[in-house]
Amino acid sequence: MKNFSGKALFLDRSDINTDEIIPAKYLTEITKDALKPHLLEDLKMDGFAVEDIKDKNVVFTRENFGCGSSREHAPWAFEVNGINLVIAENYARIFKQNMFNCGMMAVELSKDDIDNIFDTFKGKDTEVVTDFDNKTFVIKSSGDNLELSFSISEYDNELVKADGWVGYANTNY
Amino acid sequence: MGKTIAEKIFDSHLVDNPSGNINVIKLDAVFCHEITTPVAINDLVSRGMDKVFDPTKIKAVIDHVTPAKDSKTAIQGKILRDWARRHDIKDFFDIGNNGVCHAIFPEKGFVRPGYTIIMGDSHTCTHGAFGAFAAGVGTTDLEVGILKGVCAFHYPESMKIEIKGTLPKGVYSKDIILKIIGEIGVNGATNKVIEFSGNIVDEMTMEARMTLCNMAVEAGATCGICSPDETTVEYLWKFIDKEYSSKEDVLSDFKKFTPDTDAVYTDTITIDVNDLVPQLTYGFKPDHVKAVKEMEGEKVDQVYIGSCTNGRIEDLRVAAEILKGHKIDESVRAIVSPATPAIYSQALEEGIIKIFMDAGYCVTNPTCGACLGMSNGVLAEGEVCASTTNRNFNGRMGKGGMVHLMSPATAAASSITGKITNSTLWEN
Ligand code: SF4
Repeated sequence: MKNFSGKALFLDRSDINTDEIIPAKYLTEITKDALKPHLLEDLKMDGFAVEDIKDKNVVFTRENFGCGSSREHAPWAFEVNGINLVIAENYARIFKQNMFNCGMMAVELSKDDIDNIFDTFKGKDTEVVTDFDNKTFVIKSSGDNLELSFSISEYDNELVKADGWVGYANTNY
Repeated sequence: MGKTIAEKIFDSHLVDNPSGNINVIKLDAVFCHEITTPVAINDLVSRGMDKVFDPTKIKAVIDHVTPAKDSKTAIQGKILRDWARRHDIKDFFDIGNNGVCHAIFPEKGFVRPGYTIIMGDSHTCTHGAFGAFAAGVGTTDLEVGILKGVCAFHYPESMKIEIKGTLPKGVYSKDIILKIIGEIGVNGATNKVIEFSGNIVDEMTMEARMTLCNMAVEAGATCGICSPDETTVEYLWKFIDKEYSSKEDVLSDFKKFTPDTDAVYTDTITIDVNDLVPQLTYGFKPDHVKAVKEMEGEKVDQVYIGSCTNGRIEDLRVAAEILKGHKIDESVRAIVSPATPAIYSQALEEGIIKIFMDAGYCVTNPTCGACLGMSNGVLAEGEVCASTTNRNFNGRMGKGGMVHLMSPATAAASSITGKITNSTLWEN
């Protein structure tokens, strides 16, 4: 199972598409590692610089994350940068499936929770501690501490435990 | 309650039902090409799981960029080639024998009614023309398909599109599918299977059905599917004549995968083609569709005839009929890519290649070529291409280029004038 805890990166925008996550010109790459320096390189957003990605492990964002092309390079680009968990209001269907297929998590929280997280933590040095078995997050910065529970489907839960669809299928079929 | 074609296929291939309506199904074939397969291969190698579930059920081709154009595409080809050799994948098609995946695999008899097929390519839906469930998938699904011969899908919902009437002269299955996409939109069939039926589909050749199913994904469909019939049997007979005692036997076997009369569809749409005129796309989305006559006279810089949509022999025949005795306009350049070596040879034998060359066309080897703007006909900024392909996304054939999708007849006619033009085979 992958690591779902660590430092948080805030992407305060809706509808971030897979071209912004990893531009199409890198689709001829044949290793996931080659994508590493290019994560979010075309993302134009106030208050975001590509250097912010460094040492981050969890992404907070808003609505319809991962829309656009179905490229699986998008979760890979996160994975090779040590980011295995995205927390948003909701996702484009294929991006979400691709995340769980890769043994990563795309977790949905309510709009109120997401608003609250951005209001409380954005701009601060923030850490997320994920308890996968009990389905809780503890989000903390100096001074603030928020505990939240989350849910994922039973099937997605199994995919995460098996480190993705390859592992799941290898065990089950 | 009756079943659709896709439901019958799923029910006969079910391996597991891990939760909700997720169905894990057994695969009859996994198709591979050099753009999406290498990452799956590398991942299997790095996991220490470099195996294939059944080398006879895996078919692979280098088709997107061939011959390789640079070091990166050479490496993509090499990874696929080495892997095919290592695993004794006999049906691997390399340069000299290679052609566009969705044209060469059916031509080799690899697709049968009732089959389940995946490939890391969105136009895998083409193979539904044979009454198969064939879907484009992502790399992880492809990887599991290669390793285990299974894939997970939501249990399929189908939409029925009945195509009826009499098809006017000079109007083709490409015009029909463009018209349908224009009407239902790029999300019109998202996550559904489109089941095509009606007398027009019954009368179509396998080639025309493949063109129809090829573009189902442009309306968001997982697969386009046609009911297997005598035409399917005729096409496949040379591959299966040893397995069956007669064509009647084949047909009754294939009939297992025709829909029940009381099958349930999410929607049923009827298209009457009596008044259908040649269609084309005008914008950057495949549902930006209008009649060719509404755009007649607009300048084009390049004409491209080829691809998995319309690079088959009957497409080349139609284009040659229009081009015979004509030259392309001085202001335009024209390219034809026969989709497979067999199509190329047939076109040579029939004198079609000569007609193209005499008209001033560049004839390329079988490849995806200009279709995805990676080689053989990339557009410059601001240029316009009249193309028989299936995608007109912004930048698809080259940054800043515009692609108008149309039938081979319209493309050929447009090459003669250098402008969007209705073909002489069509009479208003
Ligand atoms: S011809 Fe075009 S659409 Fe068809 S498989 Fe090749 S690149 Fe894809």
